[in-house]
Amino acid sequence: MKRTPTVITGTVGMDAHVIGTKVLSRALREAGFKVVELGMQVTADEFIRVAQETKADAILMSSLYGMAEQDLKDFNQKRLEAGLKDVLLYIGGNLVIGRADFKEVEKKFKALGFDRVYPPETDPEVGIADLIRDLKARGKM
Amino acid sequence: MTDIQLLIDFGSTFTKVVAVDLERVEVLATSRVPSTVATDVTIGLEEALSRLSHNVRITDDVKSRALACSSAAGGLRIVCIGFVTELTSKAANLAALGAGGKVVAGYSYKLSDREIAEVESLAPDIVLLAGGTDGGDEETIIHNARKLARTCDAVKHIIVAGNKTAYDEIARVFSGTPKHVIYSRNVMPEIGVLDVAPCREEIRRIFMQNIVEAKGIAKARSLIRDIIMPTPSAVLEAAGLIARALGEVMVIDPGGATTDVHSIARGNPSRPDVIFTGLPEPYEKRTVEGDLGLKYNLDRLLELAKERLPVEFPKIAGSMTEGIPQTPEELFSRRQLARLMVEVATERHAGRLEAVYTPAGERLIQHGKDLTGVKSVIGTGGPIVFADRPREVLEGAAYSEARPFILKPREPRFYLDTEYILFAVGLLARSSPGKALELAQKYLKPI
Repeated sequence: MKRTPTVITGTVGMDAHVIGTKVLSRALREAGFKVVELGMQVTADEFIRVAQETKADAILMSSLYGMAEQDLKDFNQKRLEAGLKDVLLYIGGNLVIGRADFKEVEKKFKALGFDRVYPPETDPEVGIADLIRDLKARGKM
Repeated sequence: MTDIQLLIDFGSTFTKVVAVDLERVEVLATSRVPSTVATDVTIGLEEALSRLSHNVRITDDVKSRALACSSAAGGLRIVCIGFVTELTSKAANLAALGAGGKVVAGYSYKLSDREIAEVESLAPDIVLLAGGTDGGDEETIIHNARKLARTCDAVKHIIVAGNKTAYDEIARVFSGTPKHVIYSRNVMPEIGVLDVAPCREEIRRIFMQNIVEAKGIAKARSLIRDIIMPTPSAVLEAAGLIARALGEVMVIDPGGATTDVHSIARGNPSRPDVIFTGLPEPYEKRTVEGDLGLKYNLDRLLELAKERLPVEFPKIAGSMTEGIPQTPEELFSRRQLARLMVEVATERHAGRLEAVYTPAGERLIQHGKDLTGVKSVIGTGGPIVFADRPREVLEGAAYSEARPFILKPREPRFYLDTEYILFAVGLLARSSPGKALELAQKYLKPI
């Protein structure tokens, strides 16, 4: 029997918009995941430490306040340093300040190491379906 | 007939005995003699008892009911091993300190050969092995268990308190080795959840059953009932009892080599606009500052004084004596240093606020325990008790406008343990909690 996949949720940096990550956490739980819910204002370092200790399969970050790029500037190097190259990284929300072409935003965050990037108001089901597909592809489900 | 209870502390320097009349809840007599752990612990004990017998009739029956704690032979030396430094390693550390242990080294992540050699040369009384939340990382704790299984005889007692999913494999790793391995509950079963109490009990049990024997203190068992806990654990037990009756409390115990701080308090944010972050800390928390000692760490203490008390420093350094301070200058110097120890030790123990600036304005984040609401602060140990103005020393534990982000007690009442009664209260706390509390209330002096 395979282990129940463990995922970490939370808003990154100083962002306090907690509703999205709460809705997502509940949907993930209902879909059978083990959810480590860190809530709001989680630092990049905390995501890394918690992922190490819980052997998480994925980190799902939310950010609505436009500062995610600054918050996650060196996140990818840190997580590689921490031995977390196999952890799936998803992020969703208003990731940059002002209007921006989502394609550009997606490109930017993929370059920061994220596997999937979502625009605001994405349904949790969309992300969860992707997550299941990605985990199955990696033999983790 | 009076009901006399003897309570003993085998310290590394002194063996202390308190004789209590349990019926009237009164201290009948106390005595203090140099410890004789290196040769035969019973010699010092007999000497202390014979001194007591000038004032109290000590029958064999009274002796056989005596209870003791001990911090002799270096105290209860524990090595803590966890996975992530700020998570399970910190949790293991909190558990070991809360059990009255002395953490001689702490390690994180997978141990290297060099680190494991270090552990062997430290020859700790107990190794506390944590790592991984339940269902979380198994690799690190199993790796570290494999390394520990191959250590020499200097590593004997191992408490496993990590990811329970790894326990079957760890049991296989240790099977056939001469290690004494105890499996306790995970000190951090989930992120943000600390469960140190079961591990603390295991540490205490090993202390009673095995360590006391190894340290040559067990011989005392031929004279008295038992040595039931490490001394710091007795102090924490006393503090816990006092808190149940009087509300949240802190105990400050500066000494020759270290300064202990205990807080029995929830520590939740006292202001609604403050957000808590980081690992929650235990309700009964103990910290030990290894660099704050009036005798063995005097050099470092003077360095600190130079930095924090630039005006007073020349006067302090100029009149610091090795012996008992007598002149007003010597007393001043000793008092200032003792206060500094109390101030710094409680600063490190207490939680703190951090202001962060966000697009939505300033926000306050709390790390550690908010102790601003703590009602009572108790001072024990020579540097406070023998100070010329003990209240001034102890006030170092209180909130200061000069450091507004450090969450120390705002308006506590101060008490002094002039009779060295705290360890005795702790020893009595489980068998006679009511009397133990009465004793504390009677003999802790408000100042």
